[in-house]
Amino acid sequence: MAEVILTLNKEIDLKVEADVITPDEFAGKGNAEIKQLLVWQGPTQFPLSDFFDVEGDGGNSAEDTSIVINGDTSRVKLIGAKMTAGKITVKGSTGMHVGSEMAGGEIVVEGDADSWPGMEMTGGVLHIKGNAGDHVGSAYRGSWHGMKGGRLMVDGNARSQIGGGMEGGEIIIGGSIENFCGLHQTGGLIVVKGDAIRAVGAEMSGGTIVVGGHILKFTPGMQADGEESNLEFGDVACDGTFKKFVGDYAIAKKPKGILYAGKETNPDL
Amino acid sequence: MASALIVKNGYVFDPLNEINGEIKDVFIKDGKIVAGLSDAEMKDAKVVDATGKTVMPGGVDSHTHIAGSKVNSGRLMRPEDHYKYNKAKTDITHSGSGETTKTVYLEGYEYAQMGYTTAFEAAVPPMKARHTHEEMRSIPMLDMGGYLVLGNNWFMMRYLKEGDMEKAAAYIAWMMKAHKTYGIKCVNPAGVENWGWGENISSLDEANIHFEVTPREMIKGLCELNEELGIPMPMHLHANNLGHPGCYETTLESLAIPSKIKAKQDIGVDWAETKIDPSRDKSVYLTHMQFNAFAGTSWRDFESGVKPLADYINKNEHVVIDSGSVPFGEATCMTGDGPSIHDVAVLTGGKWSNCDVDLECGSGVCPFTYLKSNPVHSVQWAMGLECLLLIDNPWQAIMTTDSPNGGPFTKYPLIMTWLMSESFREQTFNECHKWANDRSELGGVDREMSLYDLAILTRANPAKTIGMVHRKGSLGVGADGDVTVYDIDPTKLDVNNHEDLIRKFGSVAYTIKDGEIAVKDGEVVSIPTQRTFYSDISVDDAAEKDMLADVKEWFKYYSIGFNHYPTPDKYLTNPTAVTVNTRHMYR
Repeated sequence: MAEVILTLNKEIDLKVEADVITPDEFAGKGNAEIKQLLVWQGPTQFPLSDFFDVEGDGGNSAEDTSIVINGDTSRVKLIGAKMTAGKITVKGSTGMHVGSEMAGGEIVVEGDADSWPGMEMTGGVLHIKGNAGDHVGSAYRGSWHGMKGGRLMVDGNARSQIGGGMEGGEIIIGGSIENFCGLHQTGGLIVVKGDAIRAVGAEMSGGTIVVGGHILKFTPGMQADGEESNLEFGDVACDGTFKKFVGDYAIAKKPKGILYAGKETNPDL
Repeated sequence: MASALIVKNGYVFDPLNEINGEIKDVFIKDGKIVAGLSDAEMKDAKVVDATGKTVMPGGVDSHTHIAGSKVNSGRLMRPEDHYKYNKAKTDITHSGSGETTKTVYLEGYEYAQMGYTTAFEAAVPPMKARHTHEEMRSIPMLDMGGYLVLGNNWFMMRYLKEGDMEKAAAYIAWMMKAHKTYGIKCVNPAGVENWGWGENISSLDEANIHFEVTPREMIKGLCELNEELGIPMPMHLHANNLGHPGCYETTLESLAIPSKIKAKQDIGVDWAETKIDPSRDKSVYLTHMQFNAFAGTSWRDFESGVKPLADYINKNEHVVIDSGSVPFGEATCMTGDGPSIHDVAVLTGGKWSNCDVDLECGSGVCPFTYLKSNPVHSVQWAMGLECLLLIDNPWQAIMTTDSPNGGPFTKYPLIMTWLMSESFREQTFNECHKWANDRSELGGVDREMSLYDLAILTRANPAKTIGMVHRKGSLGVGADGDVTVYDIDPTKLDVNNHEDLIRKFGSVAYTIKDGEIAVKDGEVVSIPTQRTFYSDISVDDAAEKDMLADVKEWFKYYSIGFNHYPTPDKYLTNPTAVTVNTRHMYR
């Protein structure tokens, strides 16, 4: 696998939109061509090499290309957007829209990610080892068609509107979240190991949400449907006993959304 | 603009002059079509080589939604429509975004890139005219105008109920001038007023709340007044019951109402030279026929009702229609028909917006996606093409998508290709739900339109219908120097090469506006200035005075002051008045 190493070479003021940093764009390009790929900063385009030192050449295909990014890219947006294959490893933290609309391949972010990671993704694996912002795997503003496929993992915490409009795929959050997780969800699986604040599964009509920790304010349109233990969804296992709910009856007459909340952690339910 | 330009050696299609593919030169001087140029002018003239290419008058869209508060509501409520559809600025163009609810700049550029030079906004609520003109002022390159929504206006309903035709005529004349608009639009007559109370109207003889006026009375009254005043275009009718299965019957009845009314266009203009009589002979202009042609009694037994409507139109010369075709994909439904949009929103379960415009009308906006897998949408696609293919005389039809209701105008190239190619229709039948074939007549239609037919549907007839042939729709001497050059060689036309046709209709070799090359090889190369047409209708001063006393009395119900109501000239770029009702002026 050919490896391209990008190292941030300056402090970025106005955020940079670097949707060209994908194995698909780098494939078939030599070092000099990669340096000349254009990124937006405000209303102006600049070559990638204005912001990154570039080592190595792209592989023959996207599958054959691996990108390693050094430095704090938290002011660089859209890394890995729309990628279909290959691998990106972000050694530090990264900005908004990492892996947005990705269809395949793998992205690993060793630090934190800002909002919109894996927005409307349809395939591949996006793994954020730190924390993430809002709208993880969500639909873009104004749309109800969110993540459709692939797997999105956040080892730390994430904020609000995780999996908004989610239709398929899996989101697994190791830590805690805030509001409106699985808003308007119609399919797919969201697992949150930690706590949630409120409105989990609001307007959901399909799909599954599991919250291992405590839900502070429960969604009113959910109806209790017994208990289940040691849940398994393919290779995703959720140990322990859960209270099962179906909903959201506030939005549909016969909703098929399922919400599991940890039994021990939610004595008030 | 002062210089001359020759479009040389192209295959010219100019239906108003009965020119069908002859190799000819087109001469333009000072922005107007001329018969020829002097030797000195020839020497300095710019030459556009159209050898092996198709030359037509600039495209005219007589029904689109590109400006005003409902378009803006669409933009505001659809960030997702803009996120994935955007164009960067160039040295001469602004950036822009939006697939169905485009930013103003993009609207101008994308129309021009398809060879269109003229577009009329089909619904201007009077109180929103100022906003509409502010947007039109920012739409580059296009000559424009707007139709004033009057079908549920309190004064209109009151005067027609009382039978006070003199005041009604004076009101229309004053309103057109005050709001700088061009023709009469009538949306769900008498029904939208009921929507203020959460109701609608379902038959032509049902009286509405408070005003107790029926749709039949509104249609008849407005059509009569339209001809009495000699307005350039026929009354533009969006019939009642639109979008409901079975609505085609209401439409049939509505079209019969003005069958005895004679078209009496009366405008003071210098006509361009044309072989065909340029004046209009239609007394009603049915808009987005597809949405008015639903048959069946529910979505389960839904089917096309285009055939009975087309049969009626084929036998009745007083009707002209635009199609409101559906090219599949993203759309944003926006109309003055608030209750019909509410029904759409209930159907989709999605977001919608609704607006009540004081004493005048209302509107609604709802995003919509037409899917090939959906049975009803598939039938609607077939119906939109039936509207154009089952009407025998192309001079009774106009190609539109009711942009962006059926789909954005940027999909016109698809519609044009479906009309020209049976094999392309066949291909789409195979891709979409079988209802398209089972529940419409389209599958049995083998008609393939010629470039001449298309020139009628997209230029000559829209211009003739709305009374713009003095400037638009032909290449006759005296017409505006608006020319489209498609990179299509009619002698080598292959209608089975769909992709090629779609590309060539969508990205023209040249768009020339007022004798200036605006688009070359699909790229915008200059930005000619736009102008706005409106009707300046002459009526008796005394009638106007009496009518204005009524208007001022009821203005206490308006949310704005009377002095802020009219739109001043400064809101328009190149305001261009068309003098109307000359019979009165010279009486």
